Formats: sequence, C-alpha cells, structure tokens
Amino acid sequence: MIRLLRILGQIALGRFAQIGRASIMWGSALNSLPKTSDARLFIDQIYVIGVKSLILIVMSAFSIGAVLALQFYTQLVRFGAEEAVGVGVAMVLLRELGPVVTALLFAGRAGSAITAEIGLMNATDQLSSMEMMGVDPLKRIVAPRLWAGFFCLPMLAIIFSAVGIWSSGLVGVDWLGIESVGFWAGMLDTVELWEDIGKGIVKTLVFALIVTWIAVFQGYDSEPTSEGISSATTRTVIFSSVAVLTLDFFLTLVMYGDF
Amino acid sequence: MSIRTTEIIVGAFVLACGLALAFLAVRVSGVDLEGNRDAIMLSARFDEVGGLSSRAKVSMAGVTIGRVIDIDIDTEFGEAIVTMAIDGRLSKLSLDTGARILTEGVLGGKYVGLIPGADEEYLVSGDVIVDTQGAILLENLIGEFVTGAGSK
Repeated sequence: MIRLLRILGQIALGRFAQIGRASIMWGSALNSLPKTSDARLFIDQIYVIGVKSLILIVMSAFSIGAVLALQFYTQLVRFGAEEAVGVGVAMVLLRELGPVVTALLFAGRAGSAITAEIGLMNATDQLSSMEMMGVDPLKRIVAPRLWAGFFCLPMLAIIFSAVGIWSSGLVGVDWLGIESVGFWAGMLDTVELWEDIGKGIVKTLVFALIVTWIAVFQGYDSEPTSEGISSATTRTVIFSSVAVLTLDFFLTLVMYGDF
Repeated sequence: MSIRTTEIIVGAFVLACGLALAFLAVRVSGVDLEGNRDAIMLSARFDEVGGLSSRAKVSMAGVTIGRVIDIDIDTEFGEAIVTMAIDGRLSKLSLDTGARILTEGVLGGKYVGLIPGADEEYLVSGDVIVDTQGAILLENLIGEFVTGAGSK
C-alpha cells in the first residue's frame, strides 16, 4: 500500500516537474525574442514551419470546402434553400473547421518535425555543446520555433478558411448551379468580422501557442535515444490533437455559449 | 537555399495570408455596421419582443440598415427596451419613425422593421422611437381564434 502511494507520488511529482520545466522553457524562450539580430532565425523557421505546410493546408482546405458544399447542398436542396450552402460552409469553416483542422494538420506536419529535430539535437549533444560555446539553445533553437509557430498557424488557418470558402463556391456555384448572388450575399449578410472571423483567429492563436509549445518541449525534454525521439514525436501529435480538440470545446463554450 | 530566396518566399507567404484575410473580410463578412463608429443608436420600447434576438436585423422597406445591439427589460412598465445601431449614413430618419417587430417568412427569425415617418425633424443618436408595435405571437392569435369561435 505504502509502496503504491510512493509510486503514485513519484509519478505525480514527475509530471509537476515536467510542467514546471515546460513553463520555465517557455518563459525564458519568450523573453529572448523578438530582437532584430535574431530576425534571420525567425524567418528561416517561418519558411520551414509555415511555407512548407502551405501545400498540405491548401489541398486539405480545397477538398474540405468542396465536400462541405456537396453535403450541405444535398440536404438543403430538399427545402429549396440551397443558397444557404454559402452561409453554412462559411460559418463552419471560420468558426470551427478552419482553426481545428489547421491545428491538427499543423501538429502532424510541423509539430512532429520540430520535435524530431530538437530531439535529435538533444540526443547528439548539440544542445549541450551550444551551451558549452556560450550560445543559449533556448534563444538560438527554441525561441525562433516557438515564435514562428505562433505566427504561422493563424496565417495558415486564415488561408485554410479562405481556400475552403472559395472551393465551396467553385463546387456550389459553378458545378451544382446555386445562384451566385444568393450564395455570396447570404454570406455577406450573416458572417460578421469579429463574431466569426475574429473569434476564429483568437482560437487559432490559442491552438498555435499550445501546439508549438508541446512540440518544442517534447523535443527538448526527450530521452536522448532513438526510442526516446520516436516516442516524443508520437506524444507531440497525440497531446496536441487531444489538447486542440478539448480546448476547442471550451473556447466555443466561452466565446459562443449562451448561458 | 540562399538567404534572399527564403526571404522572398516568406514574404510571399505573408502576402498570401494578407490577401486571404482581405478576401474573408471583404467578400465573406462585408463591411460591418458594428465597426461603424458613427452608427446612430436608437432605442424603442415594445410591449412584446417575442423571440427577437440581439444581432437581429433592422430594416426599412426591406433593406437592412442596422442591427439590434441589446434587449433589456424595464420591470416598472413591463416593457422591453430594444437598442439598435443604424447605419450612420442614414441621418435623415424623421422623428416620428415607427418600429414594428416582424417575422421573416413563416418560420424565419424576428427582425425590426422601421416605418418611415413624415416629420421634418430627424432622429439623432440616443433618441427613443415612440410609435411601436410589438411582436404578434402566433399562439396568442390561435388562442383568440379558438376562444372567439367558441363564444359564437
């Protein structure tokens, strides 16, 4: 019994220590940027994290927008309300799917890459040799990735929503023959700048923070073995996905919930 | 890859994001009334708002000219106070403009319809619309019909 308690206590303390390390890492990394001398590192990371995810984001957005338009259409055409496809797709993309799907794809595409990269640096003692040379790895490696991730995910989500809505227009108006004016005017009438677009961006900012934080920390804190890196990468994807989906519920509750 | 190329590509990426945001703002959300600082704020007292929600449309002659901002209750008179933001460009709404609560189609949402008046003075921000007609509740009508039919 006592031994069981002791083991549980140890596990709990280990978790606390992990959260503590993550917070310290975050705090000191956020402290160290943005400085003009580090802009180079930051731009490089935006290229690696953001630009290289762009193709994946655009392709997913295109097919998701098209599928949403098809599904909404088949249901709404029975009531003669097929013009509402535009509003439906825009609302769903801007409020929920845009932020969430982008964050999930981002965790899989960029998050895992960050973890693996930093994990390997850790395993091959690159981080400690940097420290030895008087270069702070938090500033040099961690901070640019955190900041780049924080900026890239919202930008990708905006592109995702725009491409999704555009592709739904392509399918809805040009292929299914929904009347173009009704399709776009319904959107203009219902979608609001802050209520729908603004709050969606707030969501992505939160997701960006969480996903990049998890990715960087898992790499930074991984065991310096090949199994360690592989499990850290897996954990990044799992933790980020669960965190994004859970947080999405609470963010929706807080921002749109009427209670 | 050279430093210059990376910079150009990242610049293009940021630009693409800006364009996407502009597309969403202009093409999807439209120019927003709430962002319009010179919106005319009017309020009106209704005996019954029956399902009107904030952010509902305010229209005149079928054209949307504003939004409902807030719905409050005055317990002293048992009336609802509806606050509306009207497009600031419409500065010439006459003082005796009326307001009704209407329903969009049979099953649509409630909205406020303004009825043009004839007064030569104009409403300014903060004014109260006096001539109002509250929502007509379908269930009340049915009730009246049933009891009316029974008494004959």
